[in-house]
Amino acid sequence: MAILSIQNLCVSFQENMAVKNVSMDITEKKVTAIMGPSGCGKTTVLRSINRLHELSAHARVAGRVILRGEDLYALDAMLVRRRIGMVFQRPNPFPTMSIYDNVAAGYLLNGLRLDRRELDALVESSLRAAALWDEVKDSLRKRGTFLSGGQQQRLCIARALALRPEIMLLDEPTSALDPKAAASIEELIVRLKDSVTILLVTHNIAQASRVSDFTAFMYLGELVEFGLSAKMFTAPGDKRTEEYLTGKFG
Amino acid sequence: MLWSLQSRENIFQRALYGSAFLVVAILILFFLTLLFKSFSAVWSNGWGFFTGVVWDPLAGVYGAFPLLLGTLLTSALSLLLSLPFALSIALFLGEFFRKGLFSAALRSSIELLAGIPSVVYGFWALFILVPLIRRLEILLGVVPLGVGVLAAVLVLAIMIIPYAAALSAEVIKLVPQDIREAAYSLGATRYEVIRRVIMPYARSGFFAGILLALGRALGETMAVTMVIGNATKMPSSLFDTGNTMASLIANELAEATDPLYVASLTQVGLLLFGVSALISLAGKYIVRKYSVEI
Repeated sequence: MAILSIQNLCVSFQENMAVKNVSMDITEKKVTAIMGPSGCGKTTVLRSINRLHELSAHARVAGRVILRGEDLYALDAMLVRRRIGMVFQRPNPFPTMSIYDNVAAGYLLNGLRLDRRELDALVESSLRAAALWDEVKDSLRKRGTFLSGGQQQRLCIARALALRPEIMLLDEPTSALDPKAAASIEELIVRLKDSVTILLVTHNIAQASRVSDFTAFMYLGELVEFGLSAKMFTAPGDKRTEEYLTGKFG
Repeated sequence: MLWSLQSRENIFQRALYGSAFLVVAILILFFLTLLFKSFSAVWSNGWGFFTGVVWDPLAGVYGAFPLLLGTLLTSALSLLLSLPFALSIALFLGEFFRKGLFSAALRSSIELLAGIPSVVYGFWALFILVPLIRRLEILLGVVPLGVGVLAAVLVLAIMIIPYAAALSAEVIKLVPQDIREAAYSLGATRYEVIRRVIMPYARSGFFAGILLALGRALGETMAVTMVIGNATKMPSSLFDTGNTMASLIANELAEATDPLYVASLTQVGLLLFGVSALISLAGKYIVRKYSVEI
């Protein structure tokens, strides 16, 4: 069933319409990929789900985003973001914090009080879920920035998981990583969908086909096609999707 | 071409080396001059120079402790007083209003504030601040001098705000956008982002700003001289008169005739030089220790 429903979403920056009337339903505990050439508005869709677009003063949004029946735009943006995890293009662990504090950052930042034992358990389980525990368990007090790029990205995934989000938004999470690190992140994404719904933005067609259950193809701000990945990658319904998949543009 | 590319390159390089070396040489010569000119005083004053609380040139007694205390006290207090304002302005410019009319107005005001000659500050303090302090003193029932340590601290605080604020604002702007976004994506409020992400990241830069301000406060002469009262003694309270090293030199050098008097004043200059250098070095160490490795 649909956990998240995007309805007639339009996003504009000043005069520029970045997302045009996009509607889609995201299925729970599945991986949904949004792919498309750069500038097609896929990241903007992602950022308007957790309302991160509100950080730039010129963004205007119309339409509705419904999470489990609740209109996210009727809630407090801070509370929305605590329910929705996000992982960014470039690994961005907090450079002033230890690995431990990075994972616990959602709690430290928001001033949520947890006792030591609870927090320890949470950090461990989040790092395990992000497949990083074995590599860092002896250096939890070290700065997160000493890790490799792939490890840093998994640390960011652990940081997002620690808040037990209902949905994870991944914004091209492997594009800044080497192929090996990228493969381990992909593996992790597939493993994570048992416990959390994942919305993945990527410009990498192969990646979308490898990890996703559903795929949306966006082009010039419009949602061209949306459906089961198995179908889209074998028999695309729209000519533009077919051209994109066969490398005619993008 | 008469000169080959290589020889032009060499001339350029030599010019660079030359100017760099010149700066170091000037500093060393500067230090040596102070040292030689104050040598007789160092010899004759002994440790009493650092510990003595009496500065009486007529009696030939030169105890610089009240001056050292005056300098450190006025600088530290003014720094403490200016910090909340400097930090607020820095956050305003670096985080909340990076662009726009009001931001530009504030930025220009700060630059102007930094550019006003200190004698103008002193002038203003003498005519506005001192009468206000006098009124306060009457209210509190202390001797209404007006001039004194408090007046010096207040005028210094105003003078150093621009230094700490401008540098800190730049540092705040340098905090990478992606770690701000990471914090926001976890549901942090703006205050939490500032407190837990921006401030720790910019810590060493703040410190550099504070240091710049402190250096300015330590050496500030004119404005302080005009309002501190120039009494070389241990100040008994904030309302009492006092003196700083820089003020003393400015006030007394012209009338010093006795060679030991001149040498002692030079020794005060040497002490000021030493204190400034020490604080600058300590600050550098701290800035390096707290800067964020990426």
